[in-house]
Amino acid sequence: MARKPAAAKAAKSASLPNAPQFSKEDELKAFRDMLLIRRFEEKAGQMYGMGLIGGFCHLYIGQEAVVTGITMASQKGDAQITGYRDHGHMLVMGLDPKGVMAELTGREGGLSKGKGGSMHMFSNEHRFYGGNGIVGAQVSLGTGLAFAAKYRGENSVAITYFGDGAANQGQVYESFNMAKLWNLPVLYIIENNRYAMGTSVERATAQADFSKRGLSFNIQGEQVDGMDVRMVHDATRRAIDHIRGGGGPYILEMMTYRYRGHSMSDPAKYRSKDEVTTMRAERDPIEQVKSRILEKRFGTEETLKQIETEVRAIVTEAADFATSDAEPPASELWTDIYAA
Amino acid sequence: MPNILMPALSPTMEEGKLSKWLVKVGDTVKPGDVLAEIETDKATMEVESVDSGEVKELLVAEGTEGVKVNTPIAVVLGEGESAPAPTPVARTAPEPAEAPVVAAEKAADAAPAAAAAPAAPKFEAAADPDLPAGVEMVEMTVRQALNEAMAEEMRRDKDVFVMGEEVAEYQGAYKVTQGLLQEFGPQRVVDTPITEHGFAGIGVGAAFAGLRPIVEFMTWNFAMQAIDQIINSAAKQLYMSGGQVTAPIVFRGPNGAAARVAAQHSQDFSAWYSHVPGLYVVAPFTAADAKGLLKAAIRTNTPVVFLENEILYGSTGLVPKVDDFVLPIGKARIARQGKDVTIVSFSMGMRYATQATEKLVAAGVDVELIDLRTLRPMDSATVIESVKKTGRLVTVEEGWPQGGIGAELTARVVAEAFDYLDAPPTRVTGKDVPMPYAANLEKLALPNVDEVIAAVNAVTYRS
Repeated sequence: MARKPAAAKAAKSASLPNAPQFSKEDELKAFRDMLLIRRFEEKAGQMYGMGLIGGFCHLYIGQEAVVTGITMASQKGDAQITGYRDHGHMLVMGLDPKGVMAELTGREGGLSKGKGGSMHMFSNEHRFYGGNGIVGAQVSLGTGLAFAAKYRGENSVAITYFGDGAANQGQVYESFNMAKLWNLPVLYIIENNRYAMGTSVERATAQADFSKRGLSFNIQGEQVDGMDVRMVHDATRRAIDHIRGGGGPYILEMMTYRYRGHSMSDPAKYRSKDEVTTMRAERDPIEQVKSRILEKRFGTEETLKQIETEVRAIVTEAADFATSDAEPPASELWTDIYAA
Repeated sequence: MPNILMPALSPTMEEGKLSKWLVKVGDTVKPGDVLAEIETDKATMEVESVDSGEVKELLVAEGTEGVKVNTPIAVVLGEGESAPAPTPVARTAPEPAEAPVVAAEKAADAAPAAAAAPAAPKFEAAADPDLPAGVEMVEMTVRQALNEAMAEEMRRDKDVFVMGEEVAEYQGAYKVTQGLLQEFGPQRVVDTPITEHGFAGIGVGAAFAGLRPIVEFMTWNFAMQAIDQIINSAAKQLYMSGGQVTAPIVFRGPNGAAARVAAQHSQDFSAWYSHVPGLYVVAPFTAADAKGLLKAAIRTNTPVVFLENEILYGSTGLVPKVDDFVLPIGKARIARQGKDVTIVSFSMGMRYATQATEKLVAAGVDVELIDLRTLRPMDSATVIESVKKTGRLVTVEEGWPQGGIGAELTARVVAEAFDYLDAPPTRVTGKDVPMPYAANLEKLALPNVDEVIAAVNAVTYRS
């Protein structure tokens, strides 16, 4: 079957003369945040390989621009919720990388005291609601976060991420319906990385343009180049303005790509090596920012190297903590089952 | 880290074949570069470099089979790094190196209870509140009691709201939410589309954000559409978040067989939900218990499955007229004290058990009748105490026998009061069939008073 690469289409938008521009500060922040995710995930992959991380481990490498651009366009008090590919979300939301990595290794200093693992981490303080392991469940939950915001008259937006695979789950459409019916402040982010585990979008979906999935509920949507952090940021800012202005739910389909397999144990035989190599070489979100920084003289090679050094130190510290911290005490087996 | 180790590429991989090197000594590598291909029993995977540096040595030859996870396979030195202490070159039968995984093993060894799980903590339920002397008792239906409980809690706490199908304008499919829309308005009494999976999830999400939803299922049969949100999202949230995120939510509605609505609309979910740690499961019989326990369910920060019964909605009982009547979750109620036999039931089963008790007492059998009221945490202490006195146990429920509430009670009594038993514990349950439609067959499928009496006669050796 001829595959029409979605990202190729999105690539055009990046070269548009009116592509939204980032300030120096924005470019440097985006570079730093995306690099933190990349290096953190590479380290997680390595530690998985050493047997320090067990079970499933879904890496965000390649998709960094999505959560980075969105978080830059959101404000304090906005809630975020996603599926199991969740490490990047926590890192850019400001959760402690040590706590994230220690959760991956199942240690007591992990964000969930070692009881959640890669797919189950949360923070009331940062309004991050996981870290959800069941494909699609977070869509109803995120809609519920928006319900609570509206109920209380808060001006926050519930940013609800899900993938192209989850987009075929029934509860997604139940949620769309109620979100529009009740005009809830929810931003649905469909991270279309083109593969639901090993099944390509073309093989799994009748309407492959996910931005149109809200049409029958009168929810507007648009496709966004998810490899260009500026495009992600710009689309999110506009969508959030629409939502905060009382316009109700909105859908952004982020055209993105994961470089690694679905999880650590996936050899990714369902796609060609060329496809991955081409994406990495031509569309890499971090390389894009890097070349703009140098081109516009927002920083020198030395500036970038400093950021790299700083990020590496954070990741090394997280990895050291996550390997030296104790496992949770046996008594933790029985805690946190019933709340007062 | 200069040593590149043989990676585990799946949760279960212990060794693999190093099938191909994609770098050679002297190459410079950067993060993400593919170093080698590894074959496992399932797939061929690539090993990527995490650091930048120069390949100094390849320690395992291409084509080597059975390379154990964590064996050093190459030396890559970054700027300013020096070579590690010489490692035995592992070309055949490589020994696992001193890799960080050992730290995890050491940590596990250090925990003395690693082999045996620590004992479960005992759940201590409070006693029922003392009522003031001469308190006025008001007769009301179970339906009214449930309605009052919700209205009182909604007056008390503005974060409490009700959502479900037909709960507002229609005034409730079974009229349990009657009048709430008029008092609290459409923001707090929310009609949903027919979409259980979706609105259960929305309720749980709202609870994560601090609201206290009461989600009504028109019947529990339809909640099977939503069971993933009840169990995977609500029940497990506190544990998975290490105690951070609570889901203070009540899922409620009629459970069990109604009348002549056949298999898909007549099912008892008591045992299903009582299986799940992280949930409270409440199944009241009397109007007073319905009120006091629903108020408690709305107040707790633990998610609650509240199992009502359509047939019991219209039955009446006396409810104490006090300002704030709240009963403890997890505490059984001794409905009648006796010394000959212990009958344990809950919800609709209590109707058969109560009627049987009246007849048995008239026939001279001194029955002790226990209404569990809460199925999880299950108050087995009260049951075991009773069986130690009577030596006999009969359980009564509408649900299926296998893995049922009676099966659980029997197991606990046998384990903890075996020496006190004078007869085998006996279960009266719904028959092990889907609910038939025909009136005669439906009657046969459900437990009845005569079956309870027969069971008591059997365990007391009266013919």
